[in-house]
Amino acid sequence: MSLRQRLVPYWLLAPGLLWLVVFFVVPMYFMGELALRSGSLTSGYTFDWAWSNFPDSLSGHTEQIVRSFFYAGTATLLALLIAYPLAYAIAFRAGRYKALLLFAVIAPFFTTYLIRTIAWKTILSDSSPVVSVLQTLSLVPPDGRVLATSGAVIAGLTYNFLPFMVLPLYANLERLDLSLVEAAKDLYSSSRQAFLKVTLPLTMPGIVAGVLLTFIPAFGDYVNAQILGGTGQAMVGNVIQSLYLNQRNYPEAAALSFLMMALILAIVTVYIRFAGTGAFMGDEEESA
Amino acid sequence: MAPLSRAWAWLRRNALPIYAGLAVAYMLIPIVVIAIFSFGATPKGKLTFGLEHGFTTEYWRTAFSLPDLNEALFTSLRLATISTLISTAIGTLMAIALVRHRFHGRHLTNLLIVIPMATPEVVIGAALLSMFIYASFALGFTTLLIAHVMFSISFVVVVVRSRLIGFDRHLEEAAADLYAAPLTAFRTVTLPLLSPGIVAAALLAFSLSIDDFVISNFNSGTTVTFPLYVYGVSLRGVPVQVNVLATMLFGLIAIAVALVLWQQRRAERMASVRPEQEATPPVPAGVAAAT
Repeated sequence: MSLRQRLVPYWLLAPGLLWLVVFFVVPMYFMGELALRSGSLTSGYTFDWAWSNFPDSLSGHTEQIVRSFFYAGTATLLALLIAYPLAYAIAFRAGRYKALLLFAVIAPFFTTYLIRTIAWKTILSDSSPVVSVLQTLSLVPPDGRVLATSGAVIAGLTYNFLPFMVLPLYANLERLDLSLVEAAKDLYSSSRQAFLKVTLPLTMPGIVAGVLLTFIPAFGDYVNAQILGGTGQAMVGNVIQSLYLNQRNYPEAAALSFLMMALILAIVTVYIRFAGTGAFMGDEEESA
Repeated sequence: MAPLSRAWAWLRRNALPIYAGLAVAYMLIPIVVIAIFSFGATPKGKLTFGLEHGFTTEYWRTAFSLPDLNEALFTSLRLATISTLISTAIGTLMAIALVRHRFHGRHLTNLLIVIPMATPEVVIGAALLSMFIYASFALGFTTLLIAHVMFSISFVVVVVRSRLIGFDRHLEEAAADLYAAPLTAFRTVTLPLLSPGIVAAALLAFSLSIDDFVISNFNSGTTVTFPLYVYGVSLRGVPVQVNVLATMLFGLIAIAVALVLWQQRRAERMASVRPEQEATPPVPAGVAAAT
């Protein structure tokens, strides 16, 4: 191969790589730089290796950090419980409605995320029929609210990130070799045993991918907490947003988002070591 | 058998489809609610988000009567169009390099494409803002465009790449055998076969851009996009026209996606590597990219 031919892929990659490096990697560097500054908004922030911003940003917001783990974790678990049977039904029981059901799963993407969340705010508002039904069933106390509770925020997170759980699960189940399940049944395992010992382990890659793709955005989200929650439901995302845009305490805000990025990078790196980039790229061919 | 136990047996047999139906209903509820509320009357001068005052088509007739909303929508459409053109072009080239060429730094390139998709939006927005603050770069349409192209590229690469992988290279080889120059073969054979994937990628980039709130909120300055407008008015009460426009946008994107998926299935049947194999249902390209 001539040198010119060998350079072709680099020319093809150049514009995209340049854009991603300049506007994704380099900004991370500047966020780190900002996180090491100290000062105040009025006197300006100067760079002086202010490492204490990192522990300070954590200790000042422990409550919101713990809450983010709890909300995102619960929402991810709920999404898995809703999505697995749904993905299973689409893969094996939908027949000619398969395409239509998949279309329904992605349909929420066609409406603005923010407007969907505001719609939930109306659905869960104090005067809505949904709340009176919950009150009748004594799931909510007679004078209780749904809006501005943890339940509302978790429901919103579950709803908004559900497609991210369904799609990888479906992609995984679709490839499942059903003859393995039949073989298990031929060997006298019950449906439950066959599911636990064959189907579930074989779909573990899809579960892990779905859990990551749901947990990460849910953990960083602040729209649901802002619209569906009250003052006691703020998550890390709300803190970062408010520190950056309202209080303009850039160093602390940058330190907190830098730590969030580090956490997510750690999770993703561990994942990619074991599973490759395939799940994110939409196939299994690419492995680490 | 007693009717009750028969009903129970029926329930048990159909538990899975019923459960799946309920799950799909859960996913569609807000969309239906938005569409219904777009016909909701409101008392004059008061902004609400509901249907308690009766049914009216007034807001569909006056959909474009709020200047601020029109401007925001126009800004969003302009932003989405330009960022889609740029990110689709750049992303398609990257996808071709990844599938068709062997080169050093492949793993690193894959990482650089995957990590932005796995990064929470709030971090992407905050990092970009940090850089713009450092460089004292004025926030506005340009910074929004930079951000939107950035977060769209990865998704474009994934969609186009998945299309390229399941693609019959014999057709290109045939073109080469018939003395077509590499670029001619690319233009007359590869590109037309690839176009459904490119269109699907562009559609995804477009809806990601129109939909984006979090990253835009960090980098917009005084520029107002459609989601930013909705956020701004949501504290006071959202004008009903927002529901109308959201419903219109939903309809347009849904139709476009349906057309692309249909076209893709047709193209797959025509050009699939193994024609005897049933074409898989349409998740792969278009939207599985969201995963």
